[in-house]
Parts: sequence; C-alpha cells; structure tokens
Amino acid sequence: MEISNLTKKRIKDYLEAGKRFDGRKLLEHREIEIETGVSKNAEGSARVKLGNTEVVAGVKLDVGEPYTDSEDKGTLITTTELLPLSSEEFDYGPPRINAIEISRIVDRGIRESGMIDFEKLCIKKGEKVWNVFVDIYSINDDGNLLDASCFAAVAALLDAKMPKYDEKEERVAYGEWTSKKIPLTENIPLTLTFHKIGKSIILDPSREEEASSEARVSMALSSKKDIMINAMQKGNEAALSEEEILKIIDFAEKEYKNVEKEVFSKIEKNLKGKKD
Amino acid sequence: MSYTKRPDGRKFDELREMKAKVGVVPRADGSAMFAFGDTIAIAAVYGPKPFHPQHLQNPEKGVLRVNYDMLSFSVTERKKPGPSRRSQEISKVTEWALAPALQIENFQNTVVDVHIIVLQANASTRCAGINAASLALAHAGIPMTELVSAVSVGKIDDKIVVDLIKEEEDYEDGEGATDIPMAFLSNSKKLTLLQLDGKTSAEKLKEALEAGKKACEKISELQKKTLKEVKGE
Amino acid sequence: MTPKTIKEKTEKEEKVEEEIGKETKREIVVPGEVIVSGDDYLPGEWTERKGKEIVALRFGLADKSGRLVKIIPLSGTYIPRKGNVVIGKVLDITFNGWIMDIDAPYQSFLQAMEASKFVNKNDLSECYDIGDMVAVKVWSIKRKGIDLTARGRNLGRLEEGIIIRVNSNKVPRVIGKEGSMINLIKTETNCDITVGQNGIIWIKGNKVEDELFAEKAILFVTEKSFVEGLTEKTKEWFDKQKKSKKKEAKEEED
Repeated sequence: MEISNLTKKRIKDYLEAGKRFDGRKLLEHREIEIETGVSKNAEGSARVKLGNTEVVAGVKLDVGEPYTDSEDKGTLITTTELLPLSSEEFDYGPPRINAIEISRIVDRGIRESGMIDFEKLCIKKGEKVWNVFVDIYSINDDGNLLDASCFAAVAALLDAKMPKYDEKEERVAYGEWTSKKIPLTENIPLTLTFHKIGKSIILDPSREEEASSEARVSMALSSKKDIMINAMQKGNEAALSEEEILKIIDFAEKEYKNVEKEVFSKIEKNLKGKKD
Repeated sequence: MSYTKRPDGRKFDELREMKAKVGVVPRADGSAMFAFGDTIAIAAVYGPKPFHPQHLQNPEKGVLRVNYDMLSFSVTERKKPGPSRRSQEISKVTEWALAPALQIENFQNTVVDVHIIVLQANASTRCAGINAASLALAHAGIPMTELVSAVSVGKIDDKIVVDLIKEEEDYEDGEGATDIPMAFLSNSKKLTLLQLDGKTSAEKLKEALEAGKKACEKISELQKKTLKEVKGE
Repeated sequence: MTPKTIKEKTEKEEKVEEEIGKETKREIVVPGEVIVSGDDYLPGEWTERKGKEIVALRFGLADKSGRLVKIIPLSGTYIPRKGNVVIGKVLDITFNGWIMDIDAPYQSFLQAMEASKFVNKNDLSECYDIGDMVAVKVWSIKRKGIDLTARGRNLGRLEEGIIIRVNSNKVPRVIGKEGSMINLIKTETNCDITVGQNGIIWIKGNKVEDELFAEKAILFVTEKSFVEGLTEKTKEWFDKQKKSKKKEAKEEED
C-alpha cells in the first residue's frame, strides 16, 4: 500500500518538531554496512546496507576499442537495475527513469572526481583499451537507493583487481587475476541525498520519507585536500528557494567528512580482512 | 582413462557445502538465500496479490509467476543485463518445478510472484534457485503440500555424480559431460523438474535419478532446518 | 547462600520451566510435516488430514490445544476473514462506491450505501476521497473480491494521526488477550489507536512525542511477539521508558 496523505502530513509535522520516525536527527544517516568481495567471478564486488536498504554492485572488465576522441583512455559504463525482487513497485523490462537516473548520477560522480585513472587502462593507443563495467542491483528497497548504490559502486571499484590479459591470444583470461588493482586515484566520490519535506531538509530518507518528499537534491562529493562537488541533481516536482539550496550545499560540505570517514574505514577493514 | 577423481575431491554422491537463510529481503512477503558451495541464489516472493492486468487473471485458481535471472557479474564473462533465452527457459521450468507443491486454488484471480537472482555462479544455478524459491514460498506463508528440492546430477564420462561444478560441466574426455538437473517434492518424492543435456543410456539415466533423489533428501533436511530456525521476526 | 536465596532460585527455575513448557506446546512446522497422528484430532486452519495423520499445509506454529490442530502463521501477506476490522486506502471512486486497498490478495470494494455517514450520490468524493484512510469491516469474501462496510462503531474515515504498518500476523499480539495489550499502550501513551487486522495501524495523539512513543511501543511488541508474559514485559518497558524520560528532563533542568 502506498503512503497515505495522513502520514505525509504527519511526517511534515514531526520534522518541524525535529523528529523522525526512527529516532534519527534530521541530518543523520542510517547505519552503514559494507562487505566487499561478495561475488567471486566479478573483478570486484560489494554489498552495502544503508539501514534496511540493500544494494550489490559488481565490476567486470573486458578489452575493446577506445572512443575516437579518447584513444588512449579506457572506458566506463555504469548500469543500475532496480530489481522487482527488491520491491513490489519495480517491474520487469528495460530500465525506467529511476534506474537510469541512479546510473547517470553515480557515473558522473566517478568520472568527474577522477576516481579511475583511465589512461592507465590503455593497452595500445587507438586500438585496445580496458572497458570497465559497473553494474548495480537493488536487493531491498527501504529508501535512498541512490546513496546505497554509489557506496556499493565505489566499494566494488576499490575491491577490483585487473584480470590477466593474454597478449598472444589477444583476449582476457577470465578467472585469472593479476595482483594489481584497477588503477584508481585518491579522489573517491560519495553521494549524499537530501530531501525537502515541508520546511525541513533531511538526509538519507527512509521509505516513507521518500514517498513524502517534495524535492530532493543528490550531490556527489570527493576530497583529496579540499572538498569538491562532482555532481549534483535536483529531482521531484517542488521548487527550492535560494535559501534552501544554500542550506543543502552547506549541509553537504559539513556532513561529507563524517560519511567519508565512516564509509572508507569500513571498506578498508573489508579489504584488509580479505588480504589475510 | 575413466573419471575417477572430482576436481574438488568430493565423493561422487557428495554435495558441496550448502548454506541457506530465510528473510534476506525484508520488503518481500517471503525470501531466502540458498548456496551450493560457490553458487549463490536469492529468491523473493510477493503475493498472493491481485493480478493486474485483469485479462491475465485466472478465475479458477491463483497463478504462479517465476522470473529467474543472473546478475551480470555472477559469471566469468559479463552477462549483459536483461533477459536471455536461457533465463526465460529456466524461469518456465522453475515455475513447473514449484507449481505442484503449491495449493493456491482458493486464491482465484491472484498472482504469486517469485523472483530469483543468481549472485555468484559455479554451475547448478537453476537448482540453487529452485531451492531458494521453495524456502521463500514457505516463508511467505503460501499454502504448500511439501517443499521442493533440486540438484544437478551429471554423467561425467561414465560416472554418475551429484552437484556439478563448472569444471565438470565443461569436461570433454571420454564420454564428456551430461548435465541432468532434477527436482523432487520433499515427502512424496515425485519429480517436478527433469532436464538433460548430453548423451546417456537409459540405464545410466535411471542411476542418475536414484542419485538425485538421495541427494535431494539431504537438501530437504537443510531446508526444513532453516525454516525451523526462524524466530518470530 | 541462605535458605531464603535457595528457595527463590528454585521458584525462578520453576517459572522458567513453566514458560519453556508453554512454548514447546507450539513448535514451528514446515509444509508437509506431520503434526500429530491419531483419529481423535481434528484438522483446523492450514492443516489437512492424511490417513491417520494431521499434516501442515503452511509454514507456521502448530497449535495443538485440545483436539483441534491448526497453524498460527508467522509470516506472509494478510488473508482476510469475514468480520475483520481493517484499515484501507481509497484507490478509486466509481459511480456506486469506492475501490479500496486493504493489502489483501483480492480487490476490495465499499458500496456507497455502506458508508459510515450520509453520502451525496452525485459526488462520492465528498464522503471519502482518493487517498483517504478508512476503518472498515470485511463483510463478505467472494471470488470477485471483498465487500466492505464502514457502518459500525469506530469505523469510518480517519482524520489526522499517523498510519504505521506491521506484519498482519503480529496483530493478535499487538491487541492482546481481550485487548489487554493495546489498552495498555493507549493508556501509557495517551493516544487513540485503531489496529487493523491487516497490520495497518492508526495512531492519534495530542503531541508528536506521544504518537512516536506509541509507535515505539508497538514495534517493541512486534519484535518480541513470541515471548511469553509479554504484557508484563511491556509494562516493565513502559516503566523503564518513563524513568529515563524523567532522568532526561531532570538533566535538561540542571
């Protein structure tokens, strides 16, 4: 059953009193769980839980021709499937706009932050480059699939190892990996999704909050020294005042460091554990 | 030279280490994970619920609908997202494997949707899917007369083995590999899935059926144990 | 150890054993499992007789009190029963009534003449509009669908308040024996609460804090639904909550 108008109104009232259903503060995100290496045939993979929302992502590589306007660079293709398994609201068929939007925002975050060193993915200029496929799947939808998807994609990339390339046969030796990781830089993007409900701005909406949302803004940020905004997307139908937009940008900058610390330390722990 | 040793050292009638868990997709009415060693499948059930569009409804009984798919990175070479002819066939035979166990005659005009995905593949994927789906259907409280258990049986060269891995599926020496996935109802031991791909004599096929039946008994035991460990959630 | 302590310990042990005994009366069964054997038993809900045996037709708790053997579901979607009070949402309006969603396997319909109040036949939306939540009763269940009525005490459109959802199988626990649990929650949280058999619950309080408190209490009950003596434990939980609230208030004062 979809959320009722009663509840939508009440959520607005609660938020004005600074309260959320699950006891969180307005800018508090749910508990984050990350596990890497969850699918052995993938070059890299990860499972992320954001509260009860669960997403898996996998990285696969193959070799192909580069684009004519970037002959010495590898390529990246990000896809997202919102599986009917994860919610009664998702149907089978080609990806709808909600899945496409997630793919494109996550892709923008990865590309614009410079996370992948595309030049190191070149095998022979103009002829052969590595193509990176990041495939994201929803497993349980309890709100905010976008942020969970981004965390999972990033964790899967950090987990990914380069497969062996057979120079003689000119093909990838799938199932055999080198000890080298996929070439990444230190700029790693994470998304933060804010929603406007009534007069309040919240971070990381639950399912009911998402259904009550009037407008949302997702931002992909990365940092090496300074915080950079690599992607931004306003969605849903209501308009945002200048004050609200500025507030969201401030919140993002403030909250990013906390989220970054938590997500990266959890990924680190996983990767270290796998080494041993 | 005959097939004497399995690549992972198992006995011919030995299954890989199995894992099963119920409730892995909280939003669904029922859900489960089932693994044969490295092969991991997840199933989620939604229903019985009103079946739309109306023209697909069956006014005489409830309808079971199954969709099986593999995640793109579950296999060594990336599988392009989207349905393939293979996944469509497996969806249908899985539906036929599960239907005899369900009692949804009293749920006219409704549909029970079963969604199966393979997270990691090392052969026996459709069987892992059926085992996960059977658990998920029970977990969803769908009326069932018994559980359904599936296993892949193979004739590798001239030997009957249970629970194939990919290396065995690809075996080419001697008589090669014949893949025989099958499923049985847990109590009556009736057959609900049987497929064959390769070449075998009738005698060897009968031997395979016996081996499969015995293996499925162990699988049913695990499925029952998994359900009994569910606490009031 | 003084004699008094030994006596207490034994009493406590006895209580634990009694509770375990109560719990083993009901065990989890799987589809196709034999629950009991014998001609004396009668096959109740979600079971069937096969020769001498009573067999489970559904995953759940087998209840063998007396001669009637039935399954108490632990999970699964809401299956409606005649007379159930449920909370539904208006999906659409036709010329003679409202199409409702009550989270059941079948379409549900509320005829105009079954509304809880006067209906303007030319504009049914004046009575109940799309998106409204209405407390209704299941009147009849047919192949075509479910017929509802909103005529009766405590039925009709719900105003204000909030809707939460729990698994419909937990509803008996949330209500308690003769309403003991839900009445405890209503008093302790000072809220108006209607519990639909379909797991949809409406809570209305005077303050935001009260409604959230009621929601918290209901979640507590559903998480512990298979524990014996739950009403007592819930009373204890409320006491603890009140104490910590007092502490918080005091700390804020200082």
